[in-house]
Amino acid sequence: MIAAAGRVYEWELVKLLAQKRTYLGLVSAMLVPVVFVVVLLIQAGGPSQVPLGRYIRETGLATPFVVLFFMSIWGLPLITALVAGDIVAAESHNATLKTILTRSRERGEIFAGKVLAALTYTLVVVFAMGIVGLLAGSIAWGFHPLTSLSGTKVSAAHGFGLLLASLAVYSLALAGVAAFGLLLSTVTRNSAASVVGTLMFALLMQLLAVLPGTESIRPYLLGTQFEAWHGFLRTPADWAPVFRAFWVCALYLALPLIAAYLVFLRRDVAGD
Amino acid sequence: MSDPTPVVSRGLVKRYGELVAVDHVDLTVERGDVFGYLGPNGAGKTTSLRMLLGLIRPTAGSIRLFDRNPLVDGAKALAGVAGFVEGPTFYPYLSGRKNLRLLAAYDDGDSASRIDQVLEIVELRDRAKDRVGGYSHGMRQRLGIAAALLRDPKLLLLDEPTTGLDPAGMRDMRDLVRRLASEGITVLLSSHLLGEVEELCNRVAIIRKGRIVYEGSLRELLATAASGYRLRTADNERARALCLAQPGISGVASLEGTVSFQGDEEAVAALSIALGQARIGVTALVPETASLEELFLGLTEGETGDAEKAVA
Repeated sequence: MIAAAGRVYEWELVKLLAQKRTYLGLVSAMLVPVVFVVVLLIQAGGPSQVPLGRYIRETGLATPFVVLFFMSIWGLPLITALVAGDIVAAESHNATLKTILTRSRERGEIFAGKVLAALTYTLVVVFAMGIVGLLAGSIAWGFHPLTSLSGTKVSAAHGFGLLLASLAVYSLALAGVAAFGLLLSTVTRNSAASVVGTLMFALLMQLLAVLPGTESIRPYLLGTQFEAWHGFLRTPADWAPVFRAFWVCALYLALPLIAAYLVFLRRDVAGD
Repeated sequence: MSDPTPVVSRGLVKRYGELVAVDHVDLTVERGDVFGYLGPNGAGKTTSLRMLLGLIRPTAGSIRLFDRNPLVDGAKALAGVAGFVEGPTFYPYLSGRKNLRLLAAYDDGDSASRIDQVLEIVELRDRAKDRVGGYSHGMRQRLGIAAALLRDPKLLLLDEPTTGLDPAGMRDMRDLVRRLASEGITVLLSSHLLGEVEELCNRVAIIRKGRIVYEGSLRELLATAASGYRLRTADNERARALCLAQPGISGVASLEGTVSFQGDEEAVAALSIALGQARIGVTALVPETASLEELFLGLTEGETGDAEKAVA
């Protein structure tokens, strides 16, 4: 089962690498921090109202954090939706589902391969954005110690570790968006509807997280987990939002995936 | 122990709400058959094939492919089975070869080692590096056959394999099917082209509005409609008189410069000897049978095709 799903996963990646939309998302994610740095180099001032924004020119390490803050709202959810919302629906569009379902792989193995590919893409996009942001920022302002949200300095090496941890925790929340995209992709069989629906879901989650009157449910909203990585930027680190993000995101990941799996397992493949 | 039968379906039903697309279909495809699944567009052929391949769940009934149940055994039930429904489909942004490599990765066994061989068989080796998006319809059909052959199948299910092909493409496709059948592959061929079925198949099932109206040997089907013989001689008047006197010959009539009559093969053989002995030169003695087309139209008369159109 695992080996078979692994082979499907491998070919799902080959398919992703052969499609323009894959590069559209990936290149956008890598281009945004570069453009951000270039704009700051040619203009005075900066994004002082966002976490670490006021330290943006002190060290290149601040750049990926600031870009992550901006991109986490709709940029990265959109890029994730582009692939997760399409990965099953595209098979319906190309009518290739019947082609692969009449081979030797079980439906569960095919679904697992697709889930892994979508999550891999999510992870790659987030880390590509972070690493390019770090490189661009470091070229512009150097690789120096980082001032945390608590105002204390952390070494550049420590700051780099915090960056990786932050990207990982944000990826977890984004995986919840990807899972919802996969569910829509499986149920609607329509790429456009899935991509738009997934983006709307991500925005709604973030909107709910800031609306008055939602305080009691706020810790359990996916939108709140988008900011869990801020906990790493305090000294000492605030682990409470990080730990909560683990189990809340696990639920947002598991529930849509279970639902999508059951639909995929039982669906009639007629004309797709 | 005898080999399991390639296809056995019993009481197969597929309902979409009020609509019954397939209505208690019983099919048996024996080993070595080239089995024609014949019916007008919308009669339920493709829906039946989809159920056989496990793509859609029957509302009722059972399916066994080489004694395995696709609903219970999943993809394992498709071991030794390959084919396509409603035309083969591929990833347009990948090359023909890459599509086959992908499908080989989705197969058990050594499918990947057969890629060059099957590309050769369908004569696509020169275009294997090109993206499928740029292939003609005929090339995609041939790639579909190649994809099926990768699995080294014992049973090939082909849904309208010549649809959309030009005459040369149709001829090539039929030659290919004939060759594969001669190599021992059992073929279940869905078609609405009577000539194709008559040319390729030894057994047929005719489906009308989701129901099987005939299943059996094509020869027997044609024989049931044998309506008599036509005789042309050097002296039709004497020949007619001799026919009237001949035991086992009935319904003798003069028709368009010929003598028509009915009789079994034994009586007709005796008649031909008698004609020779009477020194009446025979220029033609032709059995008259209804064409498959006439039989088909008779069996499927009143077909509206609503059922599957609504499903699609």
